[in-house]
Amino acid sequence: MSTTEANPAPASRTGGRADYSGLPRWLYVPAAAGALFVLLPLVAMVLRMDWTRFGELITSESSVAALELSLRTSVSATLACLVLGVPLALALARRHFPGRDLVRSIVLLPLVLPPVVGGIALLYTFGRRGLLGGTLDVLGIPVAFTTTAVVIAQTFVALPFLVVSLEGTLRTVGQRYELVAATLGARPSTVLRRVTLPLLLPGLASATVLSFARALGEFGATVTFAGSLQGVTRTLPLEIYLQRVDDPDAAIALSLVLVGVAVVVMLVTNRISQRALTWA
Amino acid sequence: MKPRIRASIAATAAALALVAAGCSSPSPGGTDAKAVTVYAAASMKTTFTALGKSFESSHPGVTVTFNFAGSQTLAEQITQGAPADAFASANDANMKTVTDAGLASGDAKLYATNQLTIAVPPDNPAKIGAFADLAKPGIKLVVCAPAVPCGAATVKVEQATGVTLKPVSEEQAVTDVLSKVQAREADAGLVYKTDVKSAGDTVKGIDFPESAKAINNNSIVALTKGPQAALGQQFVDLVLSAEGQKVLADAGFGKPAA
Repeated sequence: MSTTEANPAPASRTGGRADYSGLPRWLYVPAAAGALFVLLPLVAMVLRMDWTRFGELITSESSVAALELSLRTSVSATLACLVLGVPLALALARRHFPGRDLVRSIVLLPLVLPPVVGGIALLYTFGRRGLLGGTLDVLGIPVAFTTTAVVIAQTFVALPFLVVSLEGTLRTVGQRYELVAATLGARPSTVLRRVTLPLLLPGLASATVLSFARALGEFGATVTFAGSLQGVTRTLPLEIYLQRVDDPDAAIALSLVLVGVAVVVMLVTNRISQRALTWA
Repeated sequence: MKPRIRASIAATAAALALVAAGCSSPSPGGTDAKAVTVYAAASMKTTFTALGKSFESSHPGVTVTFNFAGSQTLAEQITQGAPADAFASANDANMKTVTDAGLASGDAKLYATNQLTIAVPPDNPAKIGAFADLAKPGIKLVVCAPAVPCGAATVKVEQATGVTLKPVSEEQAVTDVLSKVQAREADAGLVYKTDVKSAGDTVKGIDFPESAKAINNNSIVALTKGPQAALGQQFVDLVLSAEGQKVLADAGFGKPAA
C-alpha cells in the first residue's frame, strides 16, 4: 500500500526544473485543508491530554497488560502473514494460473471489508460451533476466547496488506535476473533463495512493517471474534475503547502511544522505500 | 484510465454533496415540521421506538429522532453541547453528570428498573440452574466489563453473594454479551431481563433472586438547551404516562418503587 514506492521523487529525475510544479495556486487551499483535517484531531488529542498523568496512565497494570499482549499478538500475526503471504504474493505475481484475478480479489477482500464483518466470518469458521471450530477443539486447540483467536483476527486483516504491497514490489523488480539465473541452470528453489528474495528484501521489509501496524491496530474483528479479557484477549485498541468509558484520560494516553507507534512505522517504511529507490 | 478517474471524482463530489445536504437541510415536509431529539440509553431502543411512533401520531407534523447509545457516551455528548431535547439514562451516575451541568429542566424522573438475569442457549448445554452454577469450572461465561453499567451490576451481585466469577470475556456492551450467547460461543452470559425478552427464542433467561442486589435505575429528564425543549418535556410525560409504562412493562422492565 505504500505509495512512496511507486512515486520516485520527480525532482531528482528532472533536475533543474524542480521549482516548477505545474500546479495552479488555488489547489493549495483544499490541499492545506486536507492536511489540516488529518492533523487537527491529533493535535486536539495532544492538547486534551493531562500530561502530568501520562506516565502513570500508560504504566497502569491494565495498560501494561494490553500493551504487552498487543505486541506479542501483533508479532505472531506478522510472522503468520510472512509464512502465508510471501508465497501467495509470489504465486500471484509470477504465475498465470486460471482464476488468478479471482483469487487476488478474494485475498484482498479483508482490505475493504469492515473488520466487524471479518470477525463474524471468523466466528463462523473458528468459533466453537464454527466450520473448523469443532475439529480444532477435538485436536486440543481451543480457539474461542483465547489469544490464538486474537492472532487469527489480526492475521486475517493484515495479510492483504502484505500481499498487495509485496506483489507490487515483485512486478517493479521484474523477472530479468530470475530468467538469467534459470538459464544458467539454477533450480527454482535456488532462484527463489539467491535471486528473488534478496531483490525483494526492501519491499518485504516495508510490507512487514505495514502489516505489523495493521495487526497492532486491529479492533473490529477482535472484539467480535475473540472477546475481551485482560492479558488474554484485550489488546491495546480494546483497552482504549473500554477505558474511554471508565477513564477518558487513560484512553487518550494509550491512543497517543498508538499514534507514536504509527509515526515510527511510517518513518521506517519511508526510509526503507527511499533506500530501495537509491539502489534501483 | 482518465475517464475512470473523472468518474470517480464525480462520484466523490456527489457523495460529499449528499453528506453536506444531510447536514444542513431541515427535515422534509415544509416549514412547520418540527423534530424532537431524544438521547436514550441503548437498552431503550425497542420501547422508545414504539413510543416515538405513538408520539408522532398524536403530534402531527412532529418527527421524533433518537440517538441510542451507552448512557456514558450520551451524557458526554450532551455536556459537550449536543442538541438534545430529552435524555434517558440507564444509571444514576450519568444522569447526575447532566443534571449537575445545569442542563436539565427540573429533576430527573425514575421511570423503569432493570435487573440482571442469566442468558443461556435455548438447550442450556452447561445445565445452569442458579447464580452459583456460573462459577463451576469449565463453563464459558461472558459478562460485561466492570467499567460499564451492566458490569458494575455484575460486580455488585458477586459481592453480595460471595460467588467469584471467572468469565472468559468481559465485553464492552451488554449486546456483545448477548450475541456471544446467541452464537453459542458462550455457555452463559449475564445480561438484563429486557435483553432476554427482546432476544425471543434465541436465548433462554434464568432469573436468580440475587439480582435484586443490583437494581438498575432508568431515569429521564427534558433538557433546557435543546431546540425543541417543550416537545422534549411532552415526550418525557409520555414515557411516565400509563401508556408509556405499559410498553415498558411489556418489554420486561420493572416498575420503580414509588
